[in-house]
Amino acid sequence: MKIRYAIAGMVLGAGGMTAAQAATQLTIATVNNPQMVAMQKLTSTFEKKYPDIKLNWDVMPENELRQKVTVDIATNAGSYDVVTLGALETPLWAKNGWIQPFNNLPKSYDVNDVIKPVRKALSYNGELYALPFYAESSFTYYRKDLFKKAGIQMPEHPTWKQISSYAKKLNDPSNAVNGICLRGMPGWGENMALFDTMVNTFGGRWFNKKWEPELTSSGWHDALSTYLNLLKNYGPSGSTSNGFVEVENLFSNGHCAMWVDATSGAGYVSDPKTSKVAKDVGFAWAPVAKTKNGSHWLWSWALAIPKDTQHADAARKFVEWATSKGYVNLVGEKDGWVNAPPGTRYSTYSNPDYKKAAGGYADLTMKAINQADPNKPTEKPVPYTGIQFVAIPEFQALGQSVGQNVAAALAGRMSVDEALEKSQKSVKSTMQQSGYYSK
Amino acid sequence: MNKMSWPGKIGVNLLAWLVSILMFFPIFWLILSSFKTNALAAAREPAFIFSPTMASYVNALVNSNYWHYALNSVYTAVGSTLLCVVLGVPAAYSMAFRRSKRTDFTLLWMLSTKMLPAVGVLVPIYIVYKNLHLLDSALGLTLIYTAMNLPIVVWLLYTYFKDVPGEILEAAEIDGASLVDNIVRIVTPLALPGIISTGLLAIVLAWNEAFWAINITNVHGATLSVFVSGFKSARGQFWANMSAASTLSVLPILVAGWFTQRQLVRGLTFGAVK
Amino acid sequence: MATRAIRSTVKTRQRQLGKASQGMISFLLIGPAVVYLFVWMLVPLAMTIYYSFRNYNLIRPTFTGWAGIANYANVLADPDFLSAFINTLVLVVASLILTILFGLFFAVLYNNEHVFGRNILRTFAASPFFIMPVVTGLIWSNLMMNPSFGLLAALWRGLGLVPIDFLAQFPMPSLVGIVTWQWTPFAMLVLLASLSGVPEDLKEAAGLDGAGAWKTFRHIVLPQLGRPLYAVVMLESIFFLVIFGQIYVTTSGGPGTATTNLPYYIYLQAFSAYNIGAASAGAIFAVILANIVAIFLVRMIYSNIQEEA
Repeated sequence: MKIRYAIAGMVLGAGGMTAAQAATQLTIATVNNPQMVAMQKLTSTFEKKYPDIKLNWDVMPENELRQKVTVDIATNAGSYDVVTLGALETPLWAKNGWIQPFNNLPKSYDVNDVIKPVRKALSYNGELYALPFYAESSFTYYRKDLFKKAGIQMPEHPTWKQISSYAKKLNDPSNAVNGICLRGMPGWGENMALFDTMVNTFGGRWFNKKWEPELTSSGWHDALSTYLNLLKNYGPSGSTSNGFVEVENLFSNGHCAMWVDATSGAGYVSDPKTSKVAKDVGFAWAPVAKTKNGSHWLWSWALAIPKDTQHADAARKFVEWATSKGYVNLVGEKDGWVNAPPGTRYSTYSNPDYKKAAGGYADLTMKAINQADPNKPTEKPVPYTGIQFVAIPEFQALGQSVGQNVAAALAGRMSVDEALEKSQKSVKSTMQQSGYYSK
Repeated sequence: MNKMSWPGKIGVNLLAWLVSILMFFPIFWLILSSFKTNALAAAREPAFIFSPTMASYVNALVNSNYWHYALNSVYTAVGSTLLCVVLGVPAAYSMAFRRSKRTDFTLLWMLSTKMLPAVGVLVPIYIVYKNLHLLDSALGLTLIYTAMNLPIVVWLLYTYFKDVPGEILEAAEIDGASLVDNIVRIVTPLALPGIISTGLLAIVLAWNEAFWAINITNVHGATLSVFVSGFKSARGQFWANMSAASTLSVLPILVAGWFTQRQLVRGLTFGAVK
Repeated sequence: MATRAIRSTVKTRQRQLGKASQGMISFLLIGPAVVYLFVWMLVPLAMTIYYSFRNYNLIRPTFTGWAGIANYANVLADPDFLSAFINTLVLVVASLILTILFGLFFAVLYNNEHVFGRNILRTFAASPFFIMPVVTGLIWSNLMMNPSFGLLAALWRGLGLVPIDFLAQFPMPSLVGIVTWQWTPFAMLVLLASLSGVPEDLKEAAGLDGAGAWKTFRHIVLPQLGRPLYAVVMLESIFFLVIFGQIYVTTSGGPGTATTNLPYYIYLQAFSAYNIGAASAGAIFAVILANIVAIFLVRMIYSNIQEEA
């Protein structure tokens, strides 16, 4: 009896599946950041609006996303119809002809409303190749209540030296509060994103004008020593497995007095539904050391359409929907304005509801995005563009291996010098293999 | 060893019980955590006694795509096993009852393909699959699992078939039974328990496979290994959900494993140990 | 014995048919399986060898052509490859030793007829082997070894110690521990199957001769375990050489390259550096390493079938 029901159920299920397959199936690859998870939850809203399109999601951690999407697109495998990528990949992939340009956007999309530096970061040869889902710079988060209790004032423009002294003062393991939390999970988009801004502001650079790596210079050395000192002495345990999402979670559960990271986390930690410290979060500029150049990054998570998709029209409908003014409003009204995707549109920042909800960080976010200059990432001149990355195809591999060494130093398995020397060597050999030097 | 002193007996019993408990404990803890709330599962003080909640199971079964992945696991595990048996029974029959000079060589050659590390063929298979549109499909995974398990299935069936008394085949042939009759009507029914346990072992191995599933499927053809590995960055936030999803993914195979322990030994040692 | 005689009469009958058609029938029976394995294993392997001599990087579509032995040279010059090679050996050897020691100990324990409910106990102890590697990794890296919320951290705090971040501070020993937990049951089951085959009267005779438990074990039981031990060593080597799932969900090969074994190194080369040429060259080294082990195993199994046939 039971078996018969089960079989009937399976037949019905199969019938249901074929009915659904009549609609266009879009497969979307994205990151497991809260904003994208929120987008996934709005699937039904989209499917109601476009009943002939059905969305399938592949939501992954950042590192996995990059691997899968890159391999998929580079081999023209075409498993995905919409991919999530960033400011590093967009121009490179556009150059390879892997993604489709977004020309002739409808008037209602109002492309001029998209914040200019972000638009620029996602363009190649003057054409947009990805539409920004959200965009960010980086800044300092701190706990106003803890600072007040300790009698310290966070300056508007803190230095890394000040941050170190505050971290020491505020570190309180008996109450499960760490002086500071920072990313430690290896990956060019994880620990290296933050660490690169530290290198920049300490005066280091990846390459000199002749593309020779300078990873053993004093800038790198000072940055790494500072980073290790902070996390080893005043940071949470298990830092080598903390990426952006993990640290965001630690901070919103009250385990961190300070955090330097993406501005896009501000909404999550300011929302009482997701954060225990929503009322006590303060914001300041990203810390600096020797130079202001490159002390905070410019990044955008954007949606793009691979060249080989079979469903380009449906994919385009989805991308335009998910990056529209209407989507920002939808999230704002449904989930609260703090959760509206930040950094993409001027209209968001002139919206009174958003200003009211995000007053603590809206202005600072906008200023930081506008002031981040990928063409001048550090004190000395460089042959590349990009603040927390170097815009060359090899960078994903370079960032991965240097990121691993930084994590190894953090885990106490290498000294500062060992980590930097090993990195220098591996960067040099990769560049050599890629033919950057004639001799 | 038959004469054991009383203290010795007690000691041996205590030790045996302790070993079992320690070995099983992580699994027990996983199952226990799946009945907690997410907050309790990641509490700093471990909770042994609490009021259980099914919330994580509801989350896995209703709100996330568990069934999609589970169905793929069933398709790939059962499909590859059936394919293995269909290819393996005639091969094993031939090796057991129609031995020739080449039989030993073929057997060993099959076994040596099992030693080929999967990473060695990952890239070509990825590229070939792309051209055949088999990437991210349950069918593609099924075909690979068949290749992965076929050597073990052939070997195992071969050892079972050798136990079938030849007199019966002889008698049947005198009665004019054809080769197909011999395989389908005589050997298969006689070795059925062996074939079934061989199949169970192949299902266990395919179900638990991670390397291929992670590397060549994303959504449509993804199995439970992929589903569960999505929880790897759950770090304290969703441990109850992670535990429930994991429990649902391992329980069927754990039970199957309990019943196939012996065949497993025989199959994985290529009949060297029975 | 009778079986063999009958088999030979079957053979005589087969000989009455034409030799060619006999060969044809044999081929029809074995052929599909052989062809299947050939297509799915050897053809891709040939392609890997081909790629290993090509310039092939996924993110640099313009970088093509023959590479000569450059991929091999680059891989050999890469310090991470050497450390991956060493890590692979450490992981295999350490896990082998531990699984066999524990497996032998457990097998002797559960073979003792005085143990109450030993079949059920054995079943529970065998369970880790059936857990999918991905879940094994999740259980250990999160529920057990997480330095803040893990059970071991709570245990350490309970003992008044500072919790250890196992996977960061002792990555390789932790990984070996995880693998050992999963594979000890296999060694146990194999050895148990052989132990129960040791004739009781032999042991009794030894007991009557006044031999102690240890001496009985050492001189009567252990010699019977030669072949199964060999089988365990070889088979576990094959599986340990290709460990992937546990590393993927626990350490992702880190910190640094502390837990990057050969398969993981190749995976990173292919899917993180996108260097298919280097990944293929690395894969060829992995195949060679596996084959060295395989030769020993094939030899053992060959002598096994020779004995039986």
